[in-house]
Amino acid sequence: MLIAIASTLVFAAIVWVTIVSTEGWAKVQQSFFDPAVAAEALPKVWDGFLLNLQVLAISVFTVGAAALVLALLRTLRGPVFFPVRMLAAGYTDLFRGLPFIIVLYLIGFGLPTILNERINEVVLGVLASTLTYSAYVAEVIRAGIESVHPSQRLAARALGLNHVQTLRRVVLPQALRKMTPALMNDFISMQKDVGLISILAAFDAIARARGVVATTYNFTPYVVAGILFVLLAIPTIRLTDWYTARLREREQTGSIL
Amino acid sequence: MSASPSPAVLRATGIRKSFGDREVLGGVDLSLAPHEVVALIGASGSGKSTLLRCLGLLDPIDDGQIFLGDEDISDPRVDGNRVRARLGAVFQSFNLFPHLSVLDNVTLASRVVHRMPRRDAEARAVDLLARVGLADKAKDHPDRLSGGQQQRVAIARAIATDPEVLLLDEITSALDPELVGEVLELVRDLASEGATILMATHEMAFARDVADRVVFLDAGTIVEEGPPSAVLRHPREERTRAFLARFTA
Repeated sequence: MLIAIASTLVFAAIVWVTIVSTEGWAKVQQSFFDPAVAAEALPKVWDGFLLNLQVLAISVFTVGAAALVLALLRTLRGPVFFPVRMLAAGYTDLFRGLPFIIVLYLIGFGLPTILNERINEVVLGVLASTLTYSAYVAEVIRAGIESVHPSQRLAARALGLNHVQTLRRVVLPQALRKMTPALMNDFISMQKDVGLISILAAFDAIARARGVVATTYNFTPYVVAGILFVLLAIPTIRLTDWYTARLREREQTGSIL
Repeated sequence: MSASPSPAVLRATGIRKSFGDREVLGGVDLSLAPHEVVALIGASGSGKSTLLRCLGLLDPIDDGQIFLGDEDISDPRVDGNRVRARLGAVFQSFNLFPHLSVLDNVTLASRVVHRMPRRDAEARAVDLLARVGLADKAKDHPDRLSGGQQQRVAIARAIATDPEVLLLDEITSALDPELVGEVLELVRDLASEGATILMATHEMAFARDVADRVVFLDAGTIVEEGPPSAVLRHPREERTRAFLARFTA
């Protein structure tokens, strides 16, 4: 433990000295890490960041609901449901392939144009991220559902449970455990991607940073916004790592849960 | 079919079933009288499991009819979930729900399908668990239990809703030899209490002791059936003799 700390400190010192003594460091520091500009930018960027958080918070629910519906549509059996299954499959293919920024342009600028009225940026952002992320999350849920052994469904059916009861009581609770790490990874991606709503001229963290950059000719506001996004993501990343490790541990000890 | 009341609890006629080109059941007639225990014997792949699954409406049949009491349950207009709720099935690999406690496994169908209040369902499940000797395991999850214990829970789960027929599919085949006895003992108790049971099994000694009738299935058809003393000790058919010789060798 002590050795690790000492080694880390020495290593950090070497890296620091090397960077600082590099020619051009002063310029880098001035352009990217200017404390005065950071202080000026932070309140504005933070204000914008709240807008990103708002879009994220609403999207978590809309994405979850839309993805669950999509995934369940794809699990319907029987020839009657073929068109429904095909539509759901086509949707997930389309929106997993389509770059998010194109969806944002089409929704953010296209939709207000067709409807010929101004639409709140939060609504547009939520709509765009729901369209794209529900396709990803639906695939995760579907894979989770399919990872539950068919004998579990057989046992539920043998007890007289219908399709919905079987999904709700037997399949989904087991699928949820298996898909949690993948869902959390998608959540981390979404935390970053809500930053893209800045192209909708929304006054989010990045758009506000851009404003300060334009007046100061200094890039520090972007770094400030970047730090906020990283700070937002770190708890989720740590939680995902912890949960995945725990899951692996349990699998190794032979437990199913 | 005539509407004359049948004395059989479960009656199947002319059951045919194919998977692709492979015919697994080639016209099986079988009926179970109330409180009768029938042992289904035959080599692996002879169609025992498929027959049980077809009779339990867990696999659709290609041809034939199945009656539960007087009702034609093979009629496609019949609500399969409602029929399956009246039957009990236990599988070779237990198939307990790993995310539920033992108690919740046993009460699930009562609560969800039969709409019994949780309190009543649990009171009944506690009694059942005591009966299968697992009263102290109610709060545990299935992965804490031995194979024999898991299979006893699966049996408790199957009988929790008072099924009219119990379909047991080689329920001791996945167990370590020393755990087979406790499960068979439980089946023997259920039989002596009057349950109607159709069981696919490789336990010949048990079939001889407990079954009222033994049915030998080969290549998807019934070759021979009768009291255990006759079929197991003095088989008439050459194929039965060959099967039993291989089994006792």
